[in-house]
Amino acid sequence: MHTIWVISKRELSGFFDSLMAYIIIVVFLGLSGFFTWLSSNNIFFTGQAQLFSFFGISYWTLFFFIPAITMRSLAEEKKTGTIELLATKPITELQIVVGKWLASWILIALSLAPTLIYYITLMNLGNVDHGGIWGGYVALLLISAVYVAIGIFTSSITNNQIVAFILALFVSFFFQLLFDVLAPVLPSSLSNFASYLSFSSHFEIMSRGVFALDNALYFVSVTAIGIILATASLKRRVWS
Amino acid sequence: MGINVRNLVKEYGSQRAVDDISFEVRTGDILGFLGPNGAGKSTTMKIITCYLRPNSGSVDLDGYNIEDHANEVRRRIGYLPENNPLYLEMSIVDYLAYSAALNQVEKNRINSRVREMIEITGLTKERHKLIGELSKGYRQRVGLAQALIHDPDVLILDEPTTGLDPNQIVEIRSLIKEIGKEKTIMLSSHILQEVEATCDRIIIINQGKIAADATTADLKRRASGAERVRVQIAANGSAVGDALLALPGVSAIERDHDSKEDLWVIDSKPNQPVREQIFKLCVENNWILMQMTPVHTSLEDIFRQLTNKN
Repeated sequence: MHTIWVISKRELSGFFDSLMAYIIIVVFLGLSGFFTWLSSNNIFFTGQAQLFSFFGISYWTLFFFIPAITMRSLAEEKKTGTIELLATKPITELQIVVGKWLASWILIALSLAPTLIYYITLMNLGNVDHGGIWGGYVALLLISAVYVAIGIFTSSITNNQIVAFILALFVSFFFQLLFDVLAPVLPSSLSNFASYLSFSSHFEIMSRGVFALDNALYFVSVTAIGIILATASLKRRVWS
Repeated sequence: MGINVRNLVKEYGSQRAVDDISFEVRTGDILGFLGPNGAGKSTTMKIITCYLRPNSGSVDLDGYNIEDHANEVRRRIGYLPENNPLYLEMSIVDYLAYSAALNQVEKNRINSRVREMIEITGLTKERHKLIGELSKGYRQRVGLAQALIHDPDVLILDEPTTGLDPNQIVEIRSLIKEIGKEKTIMLSSHILQEVEATCDRIIIINQGKIAADATTADLKRRASGAERVRVQIAANGSAVGDALLALPGVSAIERDHDSKEDLWVIDSKPNQPVREQIFKLCVENNWILMQMTPVHTSLEDIFRQLTNKN
């Protein structure tokens, strides 16, 4: 556990040293703030003390932002050869992957944190559905966990950041939208599975404030699969 | 803390990078791993450091097998990979502390270890700089400091002086020698002088096979049996070449056509006082010996012989 934190801490300070973290936080805040409060579909327009518009826009911003955050993580280490230093330390590949995953996930959590101001603002505006908002935040964090895991995995199979970025978007897009689109056209046996894999249904349920264990479990298991695949891909080198 | 390598084989696809290598490094040795580029030096080192897995054969470090006890092995090794990869955006101090933590140096000892390493490798003035701002020589020191940070018993250095200028090479060499007093070191190089200057023992490897395994002194002795001298003789007449060749100690002569003077490069037979014979020959014939320079053969020829068979 300590080792994982050592790796995460280095990654995180790397994000802040390279200004990446500030850019992500500011841009995320700007985008979500604009769409929540200023755009034509803003909170005052809907007239509900809800953050649906915020969660909707975050759902998409995170989809694009996370691959940009994670693309560097392992691809860069492979490219510069520093992975050889890491891999010859008395640590496991799983610790490396989880460390990297945790750092990116914490960065996302840090970018989400300032938006709690929106929540506080809303509380002063009207009668807030607390469950819905907390559910929405938890859902965003869980979705981010999956995207980060996907991003780390695609970063582990190439040493080109751009390839990692595009692959991550591609894989994520299935969960984001394609499984939903595919579900109706697939044969019925696969159709159910496809719509189960899609994020949107799980996300919707959670942002309505219904915290169901199977929803959470779904996100956690997809994250775990991503992390396991990334670990396996790092381990593959010993057989090369 | 010795390394024991037995029948190591590593294949990349159909190519055999390491072909049935066995050797031993004893505690306290500085072993030079010498070979042309692509001979299998780095691959062997990567296997010992548990980065790659061999197709067959085994490596034990202090009784710990690289496959069964990888982390025990890694803990005992300080490794400087080829091309010295570093995180350029980190500062030296941060990077060394990071390496220390990953090597499981106890938390309260990390700072003092980092300070110590910075002092030993002569980085005190630069310690707050980013690694990316350092010159190549200083980066190499950071690489060494990183390898030493957890006080490993074994150091594995893959081409530690490539790309350095002559002064830096001398500094790094003396640093390695200094460190080598207490540790088992294995270093690779394709430069002969390098290995000759730092190592007690040399393994020459070529095309994945061991071509020679001997102490530096032994190899030198083997090399110095035959010597090569460059001779310039002022004589009227062309009999010089024949006369030289007729000497009992001479095995081959070659006229140096590049120069205007009568320059000859003479290879001696092993253990013959060829220089004496040449001198006497000149005296007898009243030739004037303008110069006689021993051409330093030493290990270089052995290296070439062993690695150029085809």
